[in-house]
Amino acid sequence: MAGAVTPVSASSDGSYGRARLPLLLPTWAVIGVFLALPVLLMAVYSFLTKEFRGGVEWTFTLAAYDQFFVTRGLFGDEPAQIEWTYISIFWRSIWQAGVATALCLLIGFPTAWFIATRPENTRPVWLFLITIPYWVNLLIRTVSLRFILRDQGPMNDFLIGAGLLNEPISILNTNVAVQLGLFYSYLPFMVLPIYAAVERYNFAYSEAAADLYASRWRTLREVVLPIVKPGIVAGCILVFVPALGAFLAPDLLGGAKTFMIGSLIDEQFRGSQGNWPFGAAISVILMTLVLIVLMGYARAAAKGGRA
Amino acid sequence: MKGVRHYPGFMALTVLCLLILYVPLIVVAVYSFNASTSITSWGGLSMRWYVDVFTGPEAPRFAQAAWNSLTIALIAATTSTAIATAAALAMVRGGAFRGRGLTFGLINLPLMVPEIVTAVACLIFFTTVGLTTGYMTILVAHITFCIPFAYLPISARLSGIEAVYEQAARDLYASPWDAFRLILLPLLAPGILSGYLLAFIISLDDFLITNFVKGAGMETLPTAIFGSVKQGIKPNIMAISTMMLGVSVLFVTLSYVINRKGRATV
Repeated sequence: MAGAVTPVSASSDGSYGRARLPLLLPTWAVIGVFLALPVLLMAVYSFLTKEFRGGVEWTFTLAAYDQFFVTRGLFGDEPAQIEWTYISIFWRSIWQAGVATALCLLIGFPTAWFIATRPENTRPVWLFLITIPYWVNLLIRTVSLRFILRDQGPMNDFLIGAGLLNEPISILNTNVAVQLGLFYSYLPFMVLPIYAAVERYNFAYSEAAADLYASRWRTLREVVLPIVKPGIVAGCILVFVPALGAFLAPDLLGGAKTFMIGSLIDEQFRGSQGNWPFGAAISVILMTLVLIVLMGYARAAAKGGRA
Repeated sequence: MKGVRHYPGFMALTVLCLLILYVPLIVVAVYSFNASTSITSWGGLSMRWYVDVFTGPEAPRFAQAAWNSLTIALIAATTSTAIATAAALAMVRGGAFRGRGLTFGLINLPLMVPEIVTAVACLIFFTTVGLTTGYMTILVAHITFCIPFAYLPISARLSGIEAVYEQAARDLYASPWDAFRLILLPLLAPGILSGYLLAFIISLDDFLITNFVKGAGMETLPTAIFGSVKQGIKPNIMAISTMMLGVSVLFVTLSYVINRKGRATV
């Protein structure tokens, strides 16, 4: 979900029109066979029967979805009730991703604004500084955060040294650590689309508002925000969607109580304890959630005239 | 007219944003030069953990993982850049055609599908068609998800090059192949190089998908690091991390400089 590719304008002159088929064939073949097809196959798998030792039998069943949504007691003989275990893991993931998105917005909007109001020749440098961390290995960044947040880590040393704390605070293995990790992982995704929106913003509107005695913050709220909203929404989606299915931050910074969708899926494919159809079903449900978010965004963008 | 653009506190938050992004990386880089065996205390400057990475007990494991990572990244970046270049030519210079939107969606598909879902789908697919998970399956998966990253700068660059240059060449009786090879390709080169470097980095950095399709006994650098970190963060991991960090920053800076320079000449 990194920076969606924008469609190229219709400046196409068609000089490669005749070679179109051979030029596009590799793309169709590779992404079609090794991604589109596997995703469809995964959907099929979610309706298959689990085999022990991790694998499947080709008998169709709704067992995986049944396991996700319904419980019939420990021995399966009680009346069907809603199973909350997995729904609550999803709910926690949505909450964690939501908090991370809010944090990103809180820091990302002022940063994007600040960069967009710098002189034009220095903006690329600022933007470059924001994008570098994105290209640094996410695993390494998450490990760095784990190193810093430890009880005896640099952060606690610093806070105690500065006299702000008397004894170290334990952040690792809590929800807060995971939220910080997700926030840290995807912060650049928030800044870039908001920057693009603010850069296009016509500051004459702000001046008009100021002439009419609107305060700075009222101008921001009632004039600027409605105009740059598409950028904010895009940024929120770029952070929320990958955060929802994140694996590394919850795995390395969280503990048993901070289990998220990514770890739940991962667990289904580990060793003989795994349950492939169930893992496939969770993936299908996650994918459906993401599609709903993306389609909602596409509709809102179409209504607003531009994305 | 500074007034309406200025909001008090925004600069402080920008500085905070950059601090948040960079401090963890800098701290790990600094601690990788720690002479102490414990990661908690500072024992003075030393290169011992860098030496340990290359000669220590875990050195053969890391060397094998680094070799796998490097060769996979090289092959995946080369293949996906070639595929993405061809696709960009057809998409930008191919005129209007049916299925253009669908093709566009397909190119972007690796960016739309959550990474963990791609990982699960690939594992299921490879198992079903009977491919043993290992080097080849990692390679195929990497080629697939690198395509949009290579496509991005190439298509951006291509749509910025006006068709008049090739038209002039064709008017002067250059064959289509010569017009491509002698005119378009040199103009497009910065975009291709930039796309190649990004694809290389994306392949080198991938953990999640690799971890699903790697099979037993096969490691790349990220999966080897993850395995070690699970046992606790050791100083040699910080040395490896710092080296990978350096490679990433170097490549992205190169990609950025090449792209800017190229833009100035057209």
